[in-house]
Amino acid sequence: MIALEPTIKNRPEFFKVRVKRQDGPGKEPYWELHKIKYESEMNVISVLQRIAAQATNLDGKRVNPVAWDCGCLEEVCGSCTMVINGRVRQSCSALVDRLLAENPDEIVLEPMTKFPVIRDLMVDRQRLFEGLEKVKAWVPVDSYYNMGPGERQLRETQERNYPLSQCMSCGCCLEACPQYNKIELTQQQGESDEAFDARKKAAFDQAFVGPHAISQAMLFNNHPTGKALSPERLDALSGPGGITACGNAQNCVAVCPKEIPLTTSIARAGRATTVHAVKKWFDK
Amino acid sequence: MSEKRVVVVGGGLAGLASVMKLTELGVKVDLISLTPVKRSHSVCAQGGINSCNDQTRQLGDDEWKHLDDTVYGGDFLNHQPPVKEMAYWAPKVIELMDRLGVPFNRTGEGFIDRRRFGGTLYKRTAFAGATTGQQLLYALDEQVRRQETEGMVRKFEFWDFLGPIKDEEGRCRGITAQDMVSMEIRAFPADAVVVATGGCGLIYGRSTMSVFCTGSAASRCFQAGAKYANGEFIQVHPTAIPGADKLRLMSESARGEGGRVWVPRQAQDPRAPRDIAESDRYYFLEERYPEYGNLVPRDIATREIFDICVNEGLSVEDDRMCVYLDLTHIPKAELDRKLGGILEIYEKFQGVDPRVEPMKIFPAVHYSMGGLWADYVKSADGGLEPGAPQNHMTSIEGLYAIGECDYHYHGANRLGANSLLSCIFTGLFTGPSIVNYIENQKQGHAETPPTLLESARQAQVDRHESLLTGNPDSDENPYLIHQELGDLMTRVATVVRKNDQLTDAMAKVEELHRRAMKVSLSDTGGWTNQNVIFAKSLQDMFPLAKCLLKGALQRDECRGAHYKPEFQKPSLTAEDPAERRQQAEAWCDEFEANNERYLKSTIATWDAQTMSPDLTYEDVDTSLIPPRPRLYGLVGADIIEQVWKARAKAKAEGRQLAPT
Repeated sequence: MIALEPTIKNRPEFFKVRVKRQDGPGKEPYWELHKIKYESEMNVISVLQRIAAQATNLDGKRVNPVAWDCGCLEEVCGSCTMVINGRVRQSCSALVDRLLAENPDEIVLEPMTKFPVIRDLMVDRQRLFEGLEKVKAWVPVDSYYNMGPGERQLRETQERNYPLSQCMSCGCCLEACPQYNKIELTQQQGESDEAFDARKKAAFDQAFVGPHAISQAMLFNNHPTGKALSPERLDALSGPGGITACGNAQNCVAVCPKEIPLTTSIARAGRATTVHAVKKWFDK
Repeated sequence: MSEKRVVVVGGGLAGLASVMKLTELGVKVDLISLTPVKRSHSVCAQGGINSCNDQTRQLGDDEWKHLDDTVYGGDFLNHQPPVKEMAYWAPKVIELMDRLGVPFNRTGEGFIDRRRFGGTLYKRTAFAGATTGQQLLYALDEQVRRQETEGMVRKFEFWDFLGPIKDEEGRCRGITAQDMVSMEIRAFPADAVVVATGGCGLIYGRSTMSVFCTGSAASRCFQAGAKYANGEFIQVHPTAIPGADKLRLMSESARGEGGRVWVPRQAQDPRAPRDIAESDRYYFLEERYPEYGNLVPRDIATREIFDICVNEGLSVEDDRMCVYLDLTHIPKAELDRKLGGILEIYEKFQGVDPRVEPMKIFPAVHYSMGGLWADYVKSADGGLEPGAPQNHMTSIEGLYAIGECDYHYHGANRLGANSLLSCIFTGLFTGPSIVNYIENQKQGHAETPPTLLESARQAQVDRHESLLTGNPDSDENPYLIHQELGDLMTRVATVVRKNDQLTDAMAKVEELHRRAMKVSLSDTGGWTNQNVIFAKSLQDMFPLAKCLLKGALQRDECRGAHYKPEFQKPSLTAEDPAERRQQAEAWCDEFEANNERYLKSTIATWDAQTMSPDLTYEDVDTSLIPPRPRLYGLVGADIIEQVWKARAKAKAEGRQLAPT
């Protein structure tokens, strides 16, 4: 009698991967099907590596390798975000066994929809980093000289800040947020790089800054020196694209791979901006 | 001179620290990086960053002891003046990072908490959970973003560094780089160039390193004439999680917080680990190294784990080599507070909760101790001369190397939590040196001859074009060649090295190199072509792989991470005290003779004609702490130490030893 373990019994020899491809900005996307030999302990990264090495699609036709972004492969760098089987996540920690358990027929890979596609699964997340600039997500130290230790901090403060500080700018929260919509501009003929950059920045500035940036603002407002910029951060969050643009859908916190309490940060930012507005009114 | 402009290549800890310091000194910076700098490989560093501190000082620690531990752990191949300077800067580096907002773990009273790391008996290591590298990098990234808004920094992210530009006098006048999205190739003139491009783990295929750690940037400098040093010294980290795409690091901090390494005494004991009684467990590191226990230096822990699995056959599993790393005796709340990040990684990728069940781990390639040769100026007190233009300058004038891609600090084996320190330290320390270098130059970046820039750019355009179209008849696939290279290097040049295997591997690598030079690309397009970027970095892995193999072949000794069983010095065997003493004397004689020959940096220069490195050897500055035998766990260590101390004393007193 043969009694295979269920996990072994279900292991296919091959599995299919459907990739949404796009040759460049403004080009029509198309689907491409690949067949991959099953091995144990695969993740989406190793699947894409196999596709690159095979250089052919399901029908044996020679195709260009799929472009995608990756870095550390252990979910701390934030590079490899994509939409996998309909859900935004890091491709390094998306394990094939689990994906096939979700959908035994095929694994579906798509680029994030909230950022302009550069090529295939690679998107341009410049706007995400602009958000950090907008809220001045840094500690305004006087200098980088040796000036002795920083302030002592309660363990409680560290434990409140550390989870926020683990945000790796992956963009999952932005993909899931109904208020964060794609802005895709194209460089006009004769427009300099600098002018194009300035035009993009202006457009980003008017649109929702995103939960990741709100959370970073709260992180630095809770730092002994960082809070010196608190009024400026709250001003930024009170203006267009700030806290009022949040529709409270709470999708962000649900998809965050680092389980950062984003909605707690948003709630704190909401209170802080209200207090800030009242204070400003009285100080007039 | 008018405005100063420096190109910094690489946006990890070293690169960002350099940018930050340079901008503070009024220098404008073009920052070139393969990836958005916030995603650099430094994020993978987990455990912490070392410095002596108020607490350890009261137990007898000081900066000098940090220096001593570092060079003893590095088997004395480290250059001591830079290490001394680093050790004395260490407390200041941590204080600065604290001011920049790094959320270091705190004691109940609000001080920075510390833990113990390998190769020391003091709790020197400051940490932010188990993602210290990520936290330090973010603090620097934030400051660089701040400088960017001030107009001091232009970031070029997703740009691939192609090589330094040298003028007729051999001075570095800028770089060429390629936009990985549009594929545009551009020349960047600069007053000085800093490369901070990390390690070369991808030469081994799978390692604990990120996908961009190919070493190609260092290799491009090497092929342009910079010297490369100690290439054969590659750290294999004792504890990593084996995976199909990557070997994920399991931080030394797991052992620093009390984690214990063991295997069942009975080979492949079928029982679940928790059902195996204490007496049936072999805590081999604790038994073999009573003083340091699980926190012996990395090279030693790695060899022991390898030995337990390969030679003693005690691997936990029979079809895959691994040992247990056990944290299950530590309270969950404490684990979450101090090690949360790494436990999540294990849980996510292995589907097992390491708080409940011991982890299964095995060694993996982790760090390049060697790197681009760089100069320094020794100060009167034995450290580095602040502001000296030669500090960290490579053998190409005006080209600086810092961080993992330099070679000074870690000798033959790096101590845990010293890498984050060396990266930030070198970035900060070299700022004034670079400024002084620029101020001594007659011609600045604005006066760079346009023809020089254009010819350098054109040479890179030619390389690019010929890769796209040059080999229509070839069917060499770059990804498959990379796999072959990785498998080969992992087999012959990791934990155990043997001369016949190394000789054989050199011939194979030569053949792979020639094949890699005529790869055929599956993508010949001009937009975001990752295929051609990878092919270039693959080609550039070979010069470093060749340095590594040739350096290993020619070094007939055991030193730190470089281990050749054939040349291992034996333990003492005699029981009779007089005879044992004699053996110890002979052991020390051999040790001295060996140092005479091999206590030297391996220096490689590239010969483009033969496509191979030429090696020479250079003395190591050991003027501060005389080399002594590294005796962790050796049988007869006590008597060897006695003999050695007598000799050292005699030497210090300037008298000859009477023959015994």
